Amino acid sequence: MKDDDAPKAEQHSGLTRRDFMKISGVGVAVPLLVGPTVVQAAGEDVAVFGPGKAPIALMVNGKKLTAELEPRVTLLDALRDNFNLTGAKRVCDRGTCGACTVLLDGKPVYACSVLAIDAQGKKITTIESLADGDSMTPVMQAFVDHDAQQCGFCTPGFVVATTHFLQQNANPTADDIRRGLSGNFCRCGTYDGIRAVALAGKTGGVS
Amino acid sequence: MSDYQWPDPATRPLLGKMISRVDGPIKSSGRAKYTYDYNPAGLLAGKILRCPHAHARISSIDTSAAEKMAGVKAVQIIQKPGAEIFWAGDEVVAVAAVDEPTAEDAIRAIKIEYEVLPHFVSDAEPPKNIAATSGPISRDDFEDMEDNQVPDEQVIAAIKQNGISFHPDEKYLKDAQESGVDPKVVEGLRTAKYSEAPPMSRSPYKKTAAQTQGEPDKAFTAAATVSEGLYGASCITHCCLETHGMASEWPSGNDPAASPGTSLLVHCSTQNLSGIAPQVAEPLGIPAGSIQVMQQYVGGGFGSKFSPDRWGIASAQLSKSAGGKPVKIMLERDAEQEVAGMRPSAFARVKIAADKNGKLVAWESRSWGTGGIGGGGTPPLPYIFEIPNQRKQNIAIATNQGSARAWRAPNHPQAAVITMGAIEDLAAKMNIDPLDFITRNLELAGPRASIYRDELPIAAELMGWKQNWHPRGDKSAGPVKRGLGLSLHTWGGRGHNSDCDLTIHPDGSVEIKMATQDLGTGARTIIIIVAADALGIPMEDVKLLIGDSRYPVSGGSGGSTTSGGVTSSTRRAAVDARNQLFAKVAPALKAQPEELEALNATVRVKSDPSRSLSWKDACAKLGAMPMTVRGKNPDKSKPPDLTNSGVGGVQMADVSVDTETGIVRVNKMVAVQDCGLVVDVKTAESQVMGALIMGISYALYEEKILDPVTGRMLNPNMEFYRLAGIADIGELKVHMMTGKGYDERGVIGLAEPPVVSPGAAISNAVANAIGVRVPFLPLSPARVLEALEGNAP
Repeated sequence: MKDDDAPKAEQHSGLTRRDFMKISGVGVAVPLLVGPTVVQAAGEDVAVFGPGKAPIALMVNGKKLTAELEPRVTLLDALRDNFNLTGAKRVCDRGTCGACTVLLDGKPVYACSVLAIDAQGKKITTIESLADGDSMTPVMQAFVDHDAQQCGFCTPGFVVATTHFLQQNANPTADDIRRGLSGNFCRCGTYDGIRAVALAGKTGGVS
Repeated sequence: MSDYQWPDPATRPLLGKMISRVDGPIKSSGRAKYTYDYNPAGLLAGKILRCPHAHARISSIDTSAAEKMAGVKAVQIIQKPGAEIFWAGDEVVAVAAVDEPTAEDAIRAIKIEYEVLPHFVSDAEPPKNIAATSGPISRDDFEDMEDNQVPDEQVIAAIKQNGISFHPDEKYLKDAQESGVDPKVVEGLRTAKYSEAPPMSRSPYKKTAAQTQGEPDKAFTAAATVSEGLYGASCITHCCLETHGMASEWPSGNDPAASPGTSLLVHCSTQNLSGIAPQVAEPLGIPAGSIQVMQQYVGGGFGSKFSPDRWGIASAQLSKSAGGKPVKIMLERDAEQEVAGMRPSAFARVKIAADKNGKLVAWESRSWGTGGIGGGGTPPLPYIFEIPNQRKQNIAIATNQGSARAWRAPNHPQAAVITMGAIEDLAAKMNIDPLDFITRNLELAGPRASIYRDELPIAAELMGWKQNWHPRGDKSAGPVKRGLGLSLHTWGGRGHNSDCDLTIHPDGSVEIKMATQDLGTGARTIIIIVAADALGIPMEDVKLLIGDSRYPVSGGSGGSTTSGGVTSSTRRAAVDARNQLFAKVAPALKAQPEELEALNATVRVKSDPSRSLSWKDACAKLGAMPMTVRGKNPDKSKPPDLTNSGVGGVQMADVSVDTETGIVRVNKMVAVQDCGLVVDVKTAESQVMGALIMGISYALYEEKILDPVTGRMLNPNMEFYRLAGIADIGELKVHMMTGKGYDERGVIGLAEPPVVSPGAAISNAVANAIGVRVPFLPLSPARVLEALEGNAP
């Protein structure tokens, strides 16, 4: 931080000059919480994290997990690197392929495109908690029965996406499947099996 | 001598059935651990600084700021100042730090100055007048020819005519022969004259001498119909979902005395588990035997993961510098797309002719393409059909991008697009249905002709070809035109060397150890099927241990050699073990060993099944010690018995083309495929299905686009390097050839063949729909519209 004209708050928070310009009425920095610097923006106190590590608490699979993480760390990397939940995979790392799909408050998201710090206070569900222990959910079993997997690297993301899709579409048409599962990519070419899994949902074979 | 041959259909409890893959549950539940998921305590994150220029010389490297950063544990210079860099994204410096953000910051803190040099990245048609290269054959040239399955006589002739610019020692020659190079070719190398390689030519074009066979000029003059056209396929990438990478650690730190056995432990994302240690040992200067390589699951390879690569070696060096702590380097997506594997482009101007009966008489092609800085592959032209009169010439273009890697069925998909396209255009010109045209010419299709003859009617039936095919150009009203196309393909696929140890314990449990890998092809499943089938026990009772270099050596998974390799050695081990067990059990059953059989988890007398012992009681006769039998495949110089080579397949495509937008959609594809004896119909069908989908993907969407100005890949990601999605695939029908005429050929691999034809079949279907040829894959909307407007290249 070399800007001579930047206020003290910026030196502590690591805000860039451009960020600073966006925030009106920066006042006195009074630390309200342990950790972040606080600036006043639009008349309210705003906690500013980083660039250093900040304490982060995530509610993952029903458990509170904590770590010291830089704000730039994605939810995906936090799950994989800090909590050893490696079912969600890092493939494109920019919200295209769906291999990192997890549920955030019950909705599927690309975990590579959510910051861990922003996922605080939300209910995070990963593939690891869909089934108990070594058991299999009906969707997982259907992936096996229809051989909807080859190398398996896209599979956990597809299983999470398909599980949510079938919860929303108990009786899917071929068109529903084309639309509802097009957020995930596979390289080995297992879509025919995945299509069969989703269609089996229609007959109640999967739920 | 035991009788290893595959059992009759009547006595195969498990072979040839529909069986779910054994590692399905662990994969679909997210519990399968890949190299990317390896996450031991104290793991350091490795990152690579890559050159941003397509051609440059490193002037200086300053890593001092990075080294001083808190959390940075090691810095390794991969290419020193003075080194010339030939492609963008090449590795320059590696760092290891406590976490990824810190490693990224360290990379940014490294200062490198480059002298930027001119680059060349175009694979457009070369100028007309280029001198043929006639220099000696380099080791790369030779290995390229072998990888590309150039006919042996052609390789021998080239070696004899041009000499060689390398010195193959006895070990090299022996390795070559063991890896399947024909003994006559090996002899050719041994006796070849050596000459110095000429200094690097400044032209990017490397032209082969024209090859002529028969009398092409005379044949073209005498022909009833001659068709000329332009065909080809652009460069694509492997786009493995699990990027390349390796984790290395020195378990006992820098004290070799404290490390009995393993000095270096690596987890590598590879399709060549047994072949990694030797490649790591050399650059690190340690014995290969002290390196342990592990991998249980791999997220795709497709031909691109045979080597530890420079980043893998760097992970081991960084780990050593960091006191032996584990260092994992997995490529970022952009690096994966830019440097970790591509399929060469191939284009050709083709002239093809037939007599008045529609029999192919002449072929002429001028082909070109790039395989990166090393030149390019040579597509085997004309593909499948041995046209009697031909002249062909290929120009390999050296471009400033990372070298090509084997991509499923190297050079065959390109050869199919070029050849099948030319044949389809000729048939259209003669007003002959291409199915009829190809059938008339099957006598030119070599040893696989009878297979195609079986397959073509099945494919036609599944596609409804007779009802739905129309002459070129859909004459129906409206902007969306529909058409059908077809293609044939072939591949070798004889099983590789693949040792295994099969142990029967006195308590009846069975385990197999083999240092192979399962890329998602079903290798685990078919090994267990073969063993359980031979021992007459349920699959659940066979424990399979793979993915560890300490197990018996098994070949790399390339060229569709794994299925044949692992099943034949497993069959041998299981039959030998069973026979040894029979010898121990026979007295108790008051029979001769050869009178016994193992079925339904019992060992019993064939002629009197009431005289039997349960599998467990039979194994108890082994006494106190387990019995281990080594399964080993016969030398490549001997004819194969349980595996074979040379499969045939037919594919057909039904497409719709929107002539207003240029968008092509696949309505349906049909694949009829032979692979000898099918061990597991379920995983075999999945393999073919997957190949169709990968084929739709490269036919319509995939292209590695290089920017001529910067020399960089413009789409090193997955939003602009587009793969086919679930909405893009249409209806898919797969038919596996089984039964008499197929089963007795033995097991043949299936990874390459079905991925050869989709591009050609789809390209032909588009031509049939819109009435004009879209020359190059991918058949993007822009290219379709150009062709419709008469502006194709």
